[in-house]
Amino acid sequence: MRLDLRIPMGLMFTITGMILTIFGIVTRNDAALYAKSQGINANFWWGLVMLAFGLTMYLTGIRGQHRMEKEPPPPVEEGEVRRGGH
Amino acid sequence: MLLYFVFVLGIGFALKRYMKTSKDFFQAGRALPTWICGLAFISANLGAQEVIGMGASGAKYGLETAQFYGIGAIPAMIFVGIFMMPFYYGSKARSVPEFLKLRFDEKTRALNACSFAVMTVFSSGISMYAMARLIQVLHVFDGLFHALGWNPDGIFTFSIVLSAVIVLLYIFLGGLTSAIYNEVLQFFLIIAGFLPLVLLGLRNIGGWAGLKASVPVAYMHEWKGVMHANTNPMGIDIIGIGMGLGFVLGSGYWCTDFLVIQTAMASKNVESARRVPLIAAIPKMFFPFLVILPGLLALGLPTPHTTTVTRVENGVIYHETTVVSEQVAEGKGIIPAKINPVTGKLMLDASGKPLLDYDMATPNLLLHYFPTGILGLGLTALLASFMSGMAGNVTAFNTVFTYDLYQSYIHKNASDRHYLAVGRWATVGGILLSIGTAYAAINFNNIMDTLQLVFSFVNAPLFATFLLGMFWKRATGHGAFAGLISGTAAAMLHHGLTLPIEAVAGVHGGWITVLHNYPSDMAQNFYGAIWAFSVNFIVTVVVSLMTKAHPESELVGLVHSLTPKPSRSHLAWWKSPEALAVAILVVAIGLNIFFA
Repeated sequence: MRLDLRIPMGLMFTITGMILTIFGIVTRNDAALYAKSQGINANFWWGLVMLAFGLTMYLTGIRGQHRMEKEPPPPVEEGEVRRGGH
Repeated sequence: MLLYFVFVLGIGFALKRYMKTSKDFFQAGRALPTWICGLAFISANLGAQEVIGMGASGAKYGLETAQFYGIGAIPAMIFVGIFMMPFYYGSKARSVPEFLKLRFDEKTRALNACSFAVMTVFSSGISMYAMARLIQVLHVFDGLFHALGWNPDGIFTFSIVLSAVIVLLYIFLGGLTSAIYNEVLQFFLIIAGFLPLVLLGLRNIGGWAGLKASVPVAYMHEWKGVMHANTNPMGIDIIGIGMGLGFVLGSGYWCTDFLVIQTAMASKNVESARRVPLIAAIPKMFFPFLVILPGLLALGLPTPHTTTVTRVENGVIYHETTVVSEQVAEGKGIIPAKINPVTGKLMLDASGKPLLDYDMATPNLLLHYFPTGILGLGLTALLASFMSGMAGNVTAFNTVFTYDLYQSYIHKNASDRHYLAVGRWATVGGILLSIGTAYAAINFNNIMDTLQLVFSFVNAPLFATFLLGMFWKRATGHGAFAGLISGTAAAMLHHGLTLPIEAVAGVHGGWITVLHNYPSDMAQNFYGAIWAFSVNFIVTVVVSLMTKAHPESELVGLVHSLTPKPSRSHLAWWKSPEALAVAILVVAIGLNIFFA
């Protein structure tokens, strides 16, 4: 497969993380909003976590994709066990 | 949420280019990386039943629910990885029913393929129905509908159509690869949505110690009181759990359900296929924290009651009353009581106590803790869990339908392109049938319970057939067929003759006559499974011994004793699946002791 899953996944988490973080910064003084989460700015902090995770995935994905494209696809390994007359 | 949908469909389109043959479509070209398959392996199971149901069981039975993982899932996953996967993968069968055909005969396969196809369609329909109901209850689309000036009655249909179209599109375009990629995406999304929930909840309630203080003692122990049925919330003794859950139900599900097996069969070689369930077992060990704890947390929170605060201001007496509906006040923690949708009254059990709507435990906790913003993420995670369950069902359905029903009985020897097209249209058909089921579920109140019951009848005896098929070369096709049928019959009979305490005879059992009462419906399930398994095992052995054996030459690669051991000299010992399995077992036992 020529598409490394980590790239779209990383992108999705990065963008979602960014939106949450920005939303968290904008609403940081809104005490009523964060009363639910006991005064923790859940948007900001969890956004940062997702951002970090997304970027890591994306970068490792890009590296993986490069490596995959450089190398010729590995020869198809057949299962060791073969049934007669299939 | 919108972003998630865009990416889900984007993956479908990006993968469309690679879908050239039916093998690409149905088996992901057998070329996916192991870790992706491993995560998809658990994600396919992480559907609605898992996320909502485990939260519900957590609230109902406490930490004992974790035994679904500790005894039910982990050992079964190790077993399928170490012992069964070489036969599934090595036999070159493309689906579980096809394996049955290679090992036994055509009729066993037809039986399994038909029951499996029907079950997948129904369960994805049920999943769809549950999702649409949840969307209605949580008012996810109310804002959108209000803004567009649409009738809010359409939310149910809108949710069903939306989820169906998305799942349909990405499977239609990208086949199993797309489903697997999305399952992995959903896996991470579910973690991203539920981990902050558990963290916030634990912080609020005062950490582990606080949670312990706010729920009954027995709820916090996985093993306490397990030696005797009367001393634990589930009301099952050790034999019932060990045999019923560990041996029959857990293994039956993880080892024979094509829904999960298909993801392992998509990996690139036999060693990788064996590692898939093992890799899946690692995050699986920690999933109780994510899915069971929300249920316990919801139970541990204070129950809202109607309160009146009296204060005196400038000589005037004010009475401030916070009114809480009967439904909420009669509940426990933030789990509401169950309301009869027809009469609008509280539903009571046989002893007059209100029934609790445990399914609302996890969704309510989500609403309780998440502020706007991250709430969207949490709801998306919930939807993702529904869709991943549905997608797994649909890909399993199209493969089994195309290979085991269409190619075998309807149209043999057509071109590969033809089967690819059939697979795509089977996807459409499967989803349409699921939608039909979802609507049927609205009109017949008990249809969900009934269907799940029928599934358990069909599934319970399956594992015996596979076990005998793979490890006893004398087992024959006639034996397997007779065993399966009588196992299912035994499950039905058991259900008809027993009843959980405090339930009314009918869909909960006892529809023939009540011979025995179980302390909970879970206990009834477990023992039913044990009966079905044993009957299947005995009948298969007896009938096999009476019928002619398969020639041994036909069974090479299908039966343990006739399959040459694969050489693994090129792998370092610590890389071998066995070493991984032992490591997982040690950690799993450690976790069990810790939470005993």
